[in-house]
Amino acid sequence: MSLSNDDVKQIAHLARLGVDDQDLDSYARELSNILAFVEALGGDETDAVEPLAHPIDMVQRLRPDAVSEENQREHFQAIAPSVEAGLYLVPRVIE
Amino acid sequence: MQWEVVIGLEIHAQLATRSKIFSGASTAYGAEPNTQACAVDLGLPGVLPVLNAEAVNMAIKFGLATGCTVAPRSVFARKNYFYPDLPKGYQISQYELPVVHDGEVILELEDGGTKRVGLTRAHLEEDAGKSLHEGFEGVTGIDLNRAGTPLLEIVSEPDMRSAKEAVAYMRKVHSLVRYLGICDGNMQEGSFRCDANVSIRPKGSDKLGTRTELKNLNSFRFVERAINYEVERQIDVIESGGEVVQETRLYDSVKHETRSMRTKEEANDYRYFPDPDLLPVEITEADIERVRAELPELPDAKRLRFMEQYQLSAYDASLLTSAREVADYYESVVTASGGEGKLAANWVNGELTAALNRDGRDIGESPVTPESLGALVARIVDDTISGKIAKDVFEAMWNGEGEPDAVIEARGLKQVTDTGALEAMVDEVIAANPKQVEQYKAGKDKLLGFFVGQCMKASGGKANPAQLNELIRKKLAD
Amino acid sequence: MDTVSVHDKTVAELAAGLAAGTYSSEELTRDCLQRINGIGSELNAFVTVAEEHALTAAREADRRRARGEAGLLSGIPLAHKDIFCTNGIRTSCGSRMLDNFISPYDAHVVERMQTAGMVMLGKTNMDEFAMGSSNENSFYGPVKNPWDTTAVPGGSSGGSAAAVAARLVPAATGTDTGGSIRQPAAMCGITGLKPTYGRVSRYGMIAFASSLDQAGPMARSAEDCALLLEAMAGFDSRDSTCVNQPVPRYSETLDADLKGLKIGLPKEYFGEGLDAEVARVVDAAIEEYRKLGVEFREISLRNTHLAVPAYYVIAPAECSSNLSRFDGVRFGHRCENPRDLEDLYKRSRGEGFGAEVKRRILVGTYALSAGYYDAYYLKAQKVRRLIRDDFLAAFGEVDAILGPTSPTVAFNLGERSDDPVKMYLSDIYTIAVNLAGLPGMSVPAGFAHGRPVGLQLIGNHFDEARLLNMAHRYQQVTDWHTRAPEAFA
Repeated sequence: MSLSNDDVKQIAHLARLGVDDQDLDSYARELSNILAFVEALGGDETDAVEPLAHPIDMVQRLRPDAVSEENQREHFQAIAPSVEAGLYLVPRVIE
Repeated sequence: MQWEVVIGLEIHAQLATRSKIFSGASTAYGAEPNTQACAVDLGLPGVLPVLNAEAVNMAIKFGLATGCTVAPRSVFARKNYFYPDLPKGYQISQYELPVVHDGEVILELEDGGTKRVGLTRAHLEEDAGKSLHEGFEGVTGIDLNRAGTPLLEIVSEPDMRSAKEAVAYMRKVHSLVRYLGICDGNMQEGSFRCDANVSIRPKGSDKLGTRTELKNLNSFRFVERAINYEVERQIDVIESGGEVVQETRLYDSVKHETRSMRTKEEANDYRYFPDPDLLPVEITEADIERVRAELPELPDAKRLRFMEQYQLSAYDASLLTSAREVADYYESVVTASGGEGKLAANWVNGELTAALNRDGRDIGESPVTPESLGALVARIVDDTISGKIAKDVFEAMWNGEGEPDAVIEARGLKQVTDTGALEAMVDEVIAANPKQVEQYKAGKDKLLGFFVGQCMKASGGKANPAQLNELIRKKLAD
Repeated sequence: MDTVSVHDKTVAELAAGLAAGTYSSEELTRDCLQRINGIGSELNAFVTVAEEHALTAAREADRRRARGEAGLLSGIPLAHKDIFCTNGIRTSCGSRMLDNFISPYDAHVVERMQTAGMVMLGKTNMDEFAMGSSNENSFYGPVKNPWDTTAVPGGSSGGSAAAVAARLVPAATGTDTGGSIRQPAAMCGITGLKPTYGRVSRYGMIAFASSLDQAGPMARSAEDCALLLEAMAGFDSRDSTCVNQPVPRYSETLDADLKGLKIGLPKEYFGEGLDAEVARVVDAAIEEYRKLGVEFREISLRNTHLAVPAYYVIAPAECSSNLSRFDGVRFGHRCENPRDLEDLYKRSRGEGFGAEVKRRILVGTYALSAGYYDAYYLKAQKVRRLIRDDFLAAFGEVDAILGPTSPTVAFNLGERSDDPVKMYLSDIYTIAVNLAGLPGMSVPAGFAHGRPVGLQLIGNHFDEARLLNMAHRYQQVTDWHTRAPEAFA
């Protein structure tokens, strides 16, 4: 699998990752190499195998429905880049 | 060309848990911005989700109430996309394995028939925060209090054929989730929201047309209006030689139109994959039976029971069971009235409903308690007052003048049943109207009503009408 | 006050010294801080030295000891990998993205070590977001190997490994997603343990690949690792994947006899790619174990060749999603004057993340995207099961597995940084253990090309006690773990 610069651009957009145009060639090359490498996974010998998402066979533990968290807004917003009136600010979102 | 409309709905019901689906923050509505967004809700580095047991119970309740299969094993996945109200850059939702699936909802149609709407699935997921645009110049404010509120997304089959059916379905689901106590159904606060998938096809075709997804349908009325608008739009597009584009459209309730949400339509690629921070949810038969035992009587069963137990018409029973609060109110009235099911139904569906509508109140806010209304019904039955006087008593009760007996007493509305008093009244009326007496005796029977009316007037409406009839007939026959 | 020089002591020895009143925690702490800021500074092992915090904690530990409330680990200095959130102290994860991130809360591991009375000295350098095998991917510059400062210390817990190896701290925490505790432990000549997935809570540990990440101790001996793991491990209701099982007293079974123990040697771990001198060191260790009565047999983990490819799909996929929260909105780096929302995202993330992190986000995004999910992600998850099942089958026959930790000794700084795939292959023996969720340890076993070699021990799920026992018995009959780099002895 070989990725073009356009492929890289599109993936980078999906990941909202700014990538400089001058780096596109090297990213395309490196990603292609990595993909070629993971293509060792190919073949159909795994068709009948169940995918494994977690190494330990456990089931989800459930939490009792109780409010345990206090308001810590000032504490949490002390590290925020931009807040006003308790709100996190971002450039205007148009819907 | 004759067109057939095909509609499927996706309803998002906020589950009425105390805490969020994956954190211990409160879900209470209306708090100051970001005061109910804890470390987990904010998606701080290193935090992890733990599933709320009650959210799962509520989903099972819904599944059981709609004949769904409850999945013995369901899985949470991540739906990846960037948006400022989505703190982690992904929404935890169920994708391949939802908690309940393959159920149905039966609608009662106005013509007395029924219609089945299939439920594809209902799955658990987390709500996003809110973006606020008002009051800021060039920026948007993000409030994450709502982020992580549990949602049950209820997905129907494309089984509805008109906006009316879609609304009927939505009302039915709305009533159901409130009956189950799993959602407060408050549409203004966004607790119960709806998206509609709408397409059209030539009548008789079994191929689905290209659909659009309508968003922002936050009232029953908007659902109906938006769908009707969209159907007309699609017909116009196709009949003028165009093609319907698969897209998301926003309903604008002010302009009454739908418009495309993303002009620069990019293919959404949500990159779903199982959330590695959460494990598969296992629901055993024993869990299901435990939840089943907690299920309240559901609307359909209640309606049939009301018809049977209280001898109500299908129409009355259906009105009374449309909401759990109404049904509970009604049954309290019946009890307080000493078992007068039919009369209680007339009063709840009649005077009470009219008064509530007039003042724009919910039944929970009625100034007349079901016990008081039951006592009023009992006074009609025991002939203390007539049905007509009872309406005045009800008005007084509504205005805070107290219990029915007190109002009757204070206003002296007690029905006159004393034969002596009535006789005197009748004698007076007969004496005052010799001409009519003559005509009556000559065979004009209809004049009986005139005498009854005169007597009733003289009694201030308090005379017992049956007794009065009997007396007048007897006197005039003499 | 005179400074005491106690840097050459193990955790167990320091515990005894503190208990006997030979020195105070404050003295220990000052000694460590002096080494960190002095002789150790050229290693670049620390991102943040929390001097005031440490001295306050040390004095508190001394007061508690005076009141008779001290536990075994009370007052012993410790460094945390900068991936663990520390309330009020910068938690950078080796990234420009979090260069300004003062964590508002403590990780579970940090809480537990604090509860045990340990004194946190600071935060150690690491590959950015734990992505790397050489510690060259840190925003704060590479860490140097104390044995040879032209060599890498391994990664991603390179700062912790170098700090322990250079005797700057008696112990440190690390995390291991594909070998990030074991490989730097091997390359720096220290003892490191990656516990079973779920043994230690991940709460507050900044996620790289959630289904693979696991925290563990890095120290100078197996005995120290046992003491540290007893403090670190334990149930945490905030991590759904953390098991609710009692924590064994690892330190009480260290001396158990190894006679009759059956150990598997996977033939795939001794084949092509393994440096001949490293192989010789491992063979010598096998001989030592034979003398201890251990029986060896060859086993096969036949899907080993698929482990690295599967890992380089699963880990980037999970990381691409885990790192989406770094968006410049609520914490972390935000670009200057964003034009619009898309610009805010793209520039904040583009500026905040380094090259290797970007590569992995891109690979992971691609592997999960429509049309490729089945070919990459789903396939990798299937291979993951095959790999785990190979191990489980092997544990039907043997009690533990032994082999090299890494195919080579520490390589030179810059040597592999241009070739991601070549870099990935340095984790070839460690990665499968994470895919299978097993506990694994690296134990110093000698030198090759003048640099330390690590011996890897792999156990069945939750069998940490056996690994620690095996490592401890080996350390009783060898002295590799006591060797210190000359410049830091």
